[in-house]
Amino acid sequence: MDLYYLPAHELHRLLVRREVSAVEICRAVFERIAAVEETVRSYLTLDRDGALARAAAVDRELRAGGELAPLAGIPFGIKDNICTRGLVTTCASKMLHNFVPPYDATVVERLNAQKAVLIGKTNMDEFAMGSSTEHSAYFATRNPWDPNRVPGGSSGGSAAAVAAGTAICALGSDTGGSIRQPAALCGVVGMKPTYGLVSRYGLVAFASSLDQIGPITRDFTDCALVLNAISGHDARDSTSAPGEAVDYTSFLVDDVRGLRIGLPREYLDSGLDEGVRQIVKEAAAVLEARGACLEEVTLPHTAYALPAYYLIAPAEASSNLARYDGVRYGYRMPDQDNVIDMTRATRRRGFGAEVKRRIMLGTYALSAGYYDAYYLKALRVRTLIRRDFEQAFEKFDLLLAPTTPEPAFPIGDKTEDPIKMYLSDVFTLAVNLAGLPAVSLPGGFLNGLPVGIQLIGKPFAEGTLLRAGYTFQQSTDHHRRRPPLGGGGVSR
Amino acid sequence: MLTKDQVEHVALLARLALDEEEKERYTTQLAKILEYAAILNELDTADVPPTAHVLSLQNVFREDHVGPHLPPDAVVGNAPDKEDGFFKVPRII
Repeated sequence: MDLYYLPAHELHRLLVRREVSAVEICRAVFERIAAVEETVRSYLTLDRDGALARAAAVDRELRAGGELAPLAGIPFGIKDNICTRGLVTTCASKMLHNFVPPYDATVVERLNAQKAVLIGKTNMDEFAMGSSTEHSAYFATRNPWDPNRVPGGSSGGSAAAVAAGTAICALGSDTGGSIRQPAALCGVVGMKPTYGLVSRYGLVAFASSLDQIGPITRDFTDCALVLNAISGHDARDSTSAPGEAVDYTSFLVDDVRGLRIGLPREYLDSGLDEGVRQIVKEAAAVLEARGACLEEVTLPHTAYALPAYYLIAPAEASSNLARYDGVRYGYRMPDQDNVIDMTRATRRRGFGAEVKRRIMLGTYALSAGYYDAYYLKALRVRTLIRRDFEQAFEKFDLLLAPTTPEPAFPIGDKTEDPIKMYLSDVFTLAVNLAGLPAVSLPGGFLNGLPVGIQLIGKPFAEGTLLRAGYTFQQSTDHHRRRPPLGGGGVSR
Repeated sequence: MLTKDQVEHVALLARLALDEEEKERYTTQLAKILEYAAILNELDTADVPPTAHVLSLQNVFREDHVGPHLPPDAVVGNAPDKEDGFFKVPRII
């Protein structure tokens, strides 16, 4: 198989055996970019020279007899809301069109410490607000399985790059499903870790009590390797969870015997595509055949997660995005008479429609007279949603659910109706409200489009997710299918 | 029901300038989203405490000592306008 389609752990083996060099891997990925990026459009910024220099350094180390870290020489795409020192970081917004971070995010530092090769910054919905990557202020990314469809979002560029072979692994961020939903729509593995497991230092804040960085990879071995690299306590993030380092590869065992897996009734009874429902049931049967115990479970407040989320996340966003005032960085509207006019004009020109909509909604939900009725009410409902999961996890080790109600939808299908777009995240956002870890993995295909299934775990039980996901992938080959992507153009 | 006056007030609080068309659009769209959110009122939450944050962490303290920090040029490096190492803004009062 082509180098650009191999998972990181196989490339590592080839590197160590000297069967391939890091520069060859890097070149293979950039050749792939030259062939398909015009169709897929995953990247906002590419750093070819920097990437080749980093790859050459890995080769020198290898020749000198040094031992390679598991991700050394592996080409990575990084979502453009994660700060990279010296490399423009725009959040796919005009507001930060020229922002060059003076420091690296902790996750980037940790990948660099392993000598991973950062190749570019991936496209996203502006400030991570969206479910299709159509809300990028620059251009829409396309789904590698069908370029007339969306890749999902907001980490659509990262998921599409891993699926298209234009990155081996990628980082995304997930506030309400922004890693898992595009991973599902692009047929790759995307994990949102437990809130607090991965440092948010250097992640441009959207909704601080929900945001979490996580890996997007081709299989579970790579997922564990990236999680090993990026997780762990960081004193620079006050919400970073204390705890000893865990070797997540130790959970990569082909065995789910005795694992108790719950199937949430509310997720399977709701308005989801019949084909998606079948795929979830088939996945349940695969795990059951391997010795897991499957049973239905109820999460009674499921229907309230979406409205609670769409008050809490915009409220936090309206506060976090107050920093874009045209003073310290980013865009400023010139020739304004006083500072308030300057700020208002800057924010009007700098933010796109969806970002402004959420700032307005969040500001309203927090404003005097409405705080109790909207924001506080949503926080109380958040407690009920948490308790649903706590009760389910008294009996179960894991929950199995669909990731999305349907496979990738056509470009333009939902951009005019915000609520229709928000419904793409109906199965993912409760997990963020409860702070739980969850992963989407390829569960099957409908009409040639990948369908994701979601595993949800107890807090800090990423290991259980890895064990179940790894076992599933030993019995299935959905994750080995590659999109029918030539180097050609696409109808518009 | 959300009114255009309320939208204008919220836009001022949010430091956003909106044109007439945007005001109309946000009045309609926000009203729809809030109407959707009203489903939360089906739940009696009088005795349910709010969850602002899922971690049990509170007040993470550390020693107050000087560590590595960005040099001043890097701090103002991205500023749209600056002078002598300071951020420069239009008239405030």
